[in-house]
Amino acid sequence: MKDIITLGHGSGGKQMHDLIKEIFTGSFGMPEPLTDSAILDFTGNKLAFTTDSYVVDPLFFPGGNIGKLAVCGTVNDLAVSGARPLYLSASFIIEEGFPFAKLSEIAASMAEEAHKAGIKIVTGDTKVVEKGKCDGLFITTSGAGAVLPGREHISSGKRIRPGDKLIINGPPGNHSIAVLGARKDLSFTTNVVSDCAALNHLIESVCNACDEIHFMRDVTRGGLAAVLNEIAGITGMGMSVDEPSVPVDDPVRGACEMLGFDPLYLANEGKVLIIAGAGSEDKILGIMRSDPAGTRPEIIGEVLSGEKNHVILNTVTGGKRIIDMPIGLQLPRIC
Amino acid sequence: MKYIDEYRDKDLIMKLAAQIRRSVKGTYTFMEVCGGHTAAIQRFGIPSLLPEEVKLISGPGCPVCVTEKDFIDKAIEYSLRKDVILTTFGDLMRVPGSFTSLEKMKSSGADIRIVFSGLDALKTARINPDKKVIFLGIGFETTAPGTAVTIKSAVIEKISNFFVLSSHKVMPPAMEAILKDGTAIDGFICPGHVAVITGSSAFDFIPEKYSRGCVVTGFEPTDILLGIYMLIQQVNNNDPFVEIQYKRAVTRNGNPLAKSVMQAVFEKCDASWRGFGPILLSGLVPGKDYRRFDAEYQIPVMVNSQPDNELCMCGDILRGWKTPEECPLFSRACNPLNPVGACMVSNEGSCNTWYKYKLAK
Repeated sequence: MKDIITLGHGSGGKQMHDLIKEIFTGSFGMPEPLTDSAILDFTGNKLAFTTDSYVVDPLFFPGGNIGKLAVCGTVNDLAVSGARPLYLSASFIIEEGFPFAKLSEIAASMAEEAHKAGIKIVTGDTKVVEKGKCDGLFITTSGAGAVLPGREHISSGKRIRPGDKLIINGPPGNHSIAVLGARKDLSFTTNVVSDCAALNHLIESVCNACDEIHFMRDVTRGGLAAVLNEIAGITGMGMSVDEPSVPVDDPVRGACEMLGFDPLYLANEGKVLIIAGAGSEDKILGIMRSDPAGTRPEIIGEVLSGEKNHVILNTVTGGKRIIDMPIGLQLPRIC
Repeated sequence: MKYIDEYRDKDLIMKLAAQIRRSVKGTYTFMEVCGGHTAAIQRFGIPSLLPEEVKLISGPGCPVCVTEKDFIDKAIEYSLRKDVILTTFGDLMRVPGSFTSLEKMKSSGADIRIVFSGLDALKTARINPDKKVIFLGIGFETTAPGTAVTIKSAVIEKISNFFVLSSHKVMPPAMEAILKDGTAIDGFICPGHVAVITGSSAFDFIPEKYSRGCVVTGFEPTDILLGIYMLIQQVNNNDPFVEIQYKRAVTRNGNPLAKSVMQAVFEKCDASWRGFGPILLSGLVPGKDYRRFDAEYQIPVMVNSQPDNELCMCGDILRGWKTPEECPLFSRACNPLNPVGACMVSNEGSCNTWYKYKLAK
């Protein structure tokens, strides 16, 4: 079979990681491991720099639109790197015929989210392509932020230790199911709303109150399964997740049961996984609960000393199984 | 969540596991012949709850896995035609054909659309009257009635650009083929969803002719453990019969409406099963009154299917003769990213589930 790019290469799973390794990082001379933001030295300070493209289908979905997503996603990539988000760029590839009214609505959402997150949109670019050459609108945002002293380690995962707790700020999977429900081509509807939100204020409060934060990652494409496998790969340590403690909303569980999805593999746009030293978890849960983006936080598992780099799920039945890196197509164009 | 949590109750599961351990009087090998069971058994970590003496093996229960390569090759051939929209369940996308996969054809520009039901495919036909819309009909008695209803709907709506490439199969003849093969099993975890349609009586021939136990089982962990316990009792008592564990869904006679629409639209044909070869009267194709919906009949294509990789043991695995680990390609040349056989692609395939599960050890 001739090797070509398939949708699976954009799904956030193993194919995408292999593609990045094979084609990009080597050619660009980028250091491993890859993190949500690059941490750069800049006149004696640490600068976090990140970029992300948004191709969600449909452009409007319950709980947000592509503009809100484009701001929140990049803000979150900076925030989980221990940075205070400062500046954002926004590039638009627009299909000929796209209505002004929709573009204005999307821009207004971006302005509102940027204001809430305290980040300034300072530069951008606009391109228009012929009808049929892009699906309405694609947006790319890049973000820069200042890494605060004492938080440089957060994106590297170097402080992760066996016994550390895995904490998530709320139920996973809502974004995927909301977007899926909004697609016109599937006879599936749902009242689930996307969790799309900027998490920088929540993360700031947690980091200010607790110096035992060893790692953070926003849980997007590929879901918890991808993030946990990435961390296991970086650290060489195993992870265990207790299935009953993962807080999945009933409508999401129902949709998963019906459509054959696993909530652990579903994409999110307002979820952060925090790995923190044992003993600090109650404090972190308390702080999360006081933030609108952290209303149902849970400790979902811990870092293991053995098990090499496997991610083990303690199932609801009391059995055990591996959570693998997602392979192949999950849901295309979810963000 | 109602109807889910009560069947995943940990205390009940532990009690059932303990009861199984207490009732073991020898060694037992049970075969599940439903991909849904294969997936659920791994998903809930059932093997880790069972004593060593109880071995579960997977049979030909994954529709994707038992589909011969020439079906994928034909679908690929159709996808090359500019006047065709191919509609399929997602599971088939990554299955390797002789030369390529539907996923790669789609990436190269073929109009291939994933649907969740035949009726979604019919909708595609309705809104694209200038295209021939071909639906890849795959699955056992569980999905065949859905395809039959879709064909009936096409008749009622007078839709003439809708076609089915049918790989639908029925399960009992394959179970008989396994028993005739002499595969060493003590009983079947019978397919719960197939039995919702067929009724448990479809398996009566198994204890009668072959003296093996049968328990029609549900898909939650308590269902599966209770089903295994019931099979152990049948073996211990040397009293094989067809028992229904999945009583909340399955009856002796099944769903008469689904059976009648299936019988009205389809006729049985000899079908080739991957790993088994041809099995008499085990396939379903549109019958003579519905032949205008049969893609093979209306839009014939020729394919030059290549033999499977000779090291691939999918066939023996589907017959319960080998485990995936005995295959020299397993987890090396054949893995979920680069599958050699369909069993490594489908989430219900034995190789795929073993790949995930065995790494845990």
